[in-house]
Amino acid sequence: MRDVAIIGAGSTKYGELWTSPLRDLFAEATADCLVDAGVDRKQIQSAWIGCMSSGLFNGQEHLASILTDYAGLSGIAATRVESACASGGAAFRAAYLEVASGASDFVIAGGVEKMNDGADATFCLATAADQEYEVYHGVTFPGLYAMIANAHMHNHGTTYDMMAHVAVKNHRHGALNPKAQFPREITLDTVRNAVRVAEPLGLFDCSPVSDGAAAVLLAPVAVARDLGKPMVTIKGSGHATDAIALHSRPDPSRIPSVGMAARKAFAQAGVTTGDIDFCEVHDCFTIAELCCLEELGFYEAGQAGPATLAGETALGGRFPVNPSGGLKSKGHPVGATGVGQIVEVYDQLSGRAGDRQVPNARLGLAQNMGGSGGSCLVHILEVS
Amino acid sequence: MHGIVGYGSYVPRFRIKAEDIANQWGADAEAFKRGLLLEEKTVPGPDEDTITISVAAARNALARAGIDPQKIGACYIGSESHPYAVKPSGTVLIDAIGAGPECHVADFEFACKAGSEAMYVAYSHVKSGEMDYALGIGADTSQGAPGDALEYTASAGGAAYIMGSQNVAAEITCTYSFTSDTPDFWRREGEFYPRHAGRFTGDPAYFHHVTSATRGILEKSGLKPQDFAYAVFHMPNGKFPLRAGKMLGFRQEQMEQGWVVNLMGNTYSGSSPTGLAAVLDVAKPGDNILITSFGSGAASDSFVIRATDRLPEIQDLAPKVREQLADRRIHLDYGKYVAYRGKIRVNEM
Repeated sequence: MRDVAIIGAGSTKYGELWTSPLRDLFAEATADCLVDAGVDRKQIQSAWIGCMSSGLFNGQEHLASILTDYAGLSGIAATRVESACASGGAAFRAAYLEVASGASDFVIAGGVEKMNDGADATFCLATAADQEYEVYHGVTFPGLYAMIANAHMHNHGTTYDMMAHVAVKNHRHGALNPKAQFPREITLDTVRNAVRVAEPLGLFDCSPVSDGAAAVLLAPVAVARDLGKPMVTIKGSGHATDAIALHSRPDPSRIPSVGMAARKAFAQAGVTTGDIDFCEVHDCFTIAELCCLEELGFYEAGQAGPATLAGETALGGRFPVNPSGGLKSKGHPVGATGVGQIVEVYDQLSGRAGDRQVPNARLGLAQNMGGSGGSCLVHILEVS
Repeated sequence: MHGIVGYGSYVPRFRIKAEDIANQWGADAEAFKRGLLLEEKTVPGPDEDTITISVAAARNALARAGIDPQKIGACYIGSESHPYAVKPSGTVLIDAIGAGPECHVADFEFACKAGSEAMYVAYSHVKSGEMDYALGIGADTSQGAPGDALEYTASAGGAAYIMGSQNVAAEITCTYSFTSDTPDFWRREGEFYPRHAGRFTGDPAYFHHVTSATRGILEKSGLKPQDFAYAVFHMPNGKFPLRAGKMLGFRQEQMEQGWVVNLMGNTYSGSSPTGLAAVLDVAKPGDNILITSFGSGAASDSFVIRATDRLPEIQDLAPKVREQLADRRIHLDYGKYVAYRGKIRVNEM
């Protein structure tokens, strides 16, 4: 396999983007990405596009063709990738493998979701859970993560305050991100006093419903070297699946697909958790950030919460987590999220993350998962 | 000089508290009250509808105008809850107040904007010299589906405005309308309750039209926010008008008097007209008043109004809005509320 580099990145702002249709979101992110890369669109050979549910959200399928057409890329190979909220990460991995295999030199990994278009977002998102055994009985994602939270509190001593601190920290980070949906700080009392959605999770424990798109351009390292940019390469790519239904797993306080994907990515990269300078993790709910940090191996079970309370995972701390603001503050346009995380890691490693720059960042990790962990992607990126 | 020669409001006696609705549905009452900035809303009595509210408001307007109703050349009722799908509300009104039969009558509908629409057309008639007086009314017994967020706000009430060119109490000095095809809220023929597009009713609908119309009339009139003693924005809930006003550069003190929604709810077509009536109840000669309505679908009408020396002479000639809001209140429990609102199915007699 060839070594692969990221040579450009672009993203729309995340938010309630009422005046931007689905196709415009993708076209904007792609145009930004190509301008950033300095590569002519005629050179692009292929695109992999993550999108969870344009059929339900927007009544639009056959997505890869319509999106590439409106992005001025008609004629290239293009495929839509679906793995629920991990669709973006899965699209990025597919693009990476296409370049690594030698099949193509310039491949776009994109992600897009337009969730504010009139559809019932809770219903659409619940299709990522097990319809027959979970959704049929009335549970939706806040309920599933509330069960994970309760199990985590019971098994590992995590407290609600630890989760609340995740929200406060990620909003502090997001306040520094001009692309964030909610770029403002919040107080601990705001999180604590917010209306409960599913005990113990309140409104400010949940990521928002968002519109947005993100795109990166991949090329072989040999080609990237000629462009004279910071050399950000993909060191490791791990992908794992698991049972979708929470009750089909041995321990509801754990999300095994995260660990499985991480072990594959770390093995390929030849690095360990101690080498990673910062990470973007899938904080769709505050409890998810704590679970994922533990599954990734950065903390023992039950230790991510105390580390968060101690400020370790904040910008300026020992190990910054979600410097972008995460899904919580930056927003969660589900199909775009995985690629948006890669954009953030790329910006950090390129030293262009502005006020939220992690100093001396050399190795970064992005973790993106589908549903309550039925699928997971972990990528490790390095700048040299 | 053309403008308002008489105005009148009507607020039903019945109320239901936000917490009584929240408790019925197992919702967090404090969160709703905080989110909507609303304590309680008005409820029409079993014998009240848009027509009775219009008649009551029109009688108060006549008391202030002191004119012969026979001189009114046109009567318009703006509402989205006309009691009949086919059969005018306005015909009952003109016979009740004695304005017929030589009178042009029409019922208007434009979601929550129908009231300001009636006012605008009435004003245009007298401005053109077509007639001496014209009556424009906004009144509603608003519908909100049980359990829907609208149920906390959909309320009842209205205000009536007699426009003319003699003895003007509040001169209309500028008008401006801003309209686009923005379907944020609708009710199809045969459907009992309106539907809405959730958060789409916020930024792209309410805020876009209210701020655009207000900026438009400020530019057209050459006035700035600080030139106004009072500003009234349509009140779908407590929060929206205050946020819109703040976005436009108005201060809380300019908005408080016309901000009746916390005690009244959203009277739809009657909302901003009732807010204006509450302002006219206290305004002093020379005060500039801004009113911007909003109707889903969507549009806003803006008026710049200046109180004349005659306004203080007529303020006490009919009940004031805030008196009606404070006095004679009867609080209903949820069961009585749904019975009064006709939400319980019974056999036809």
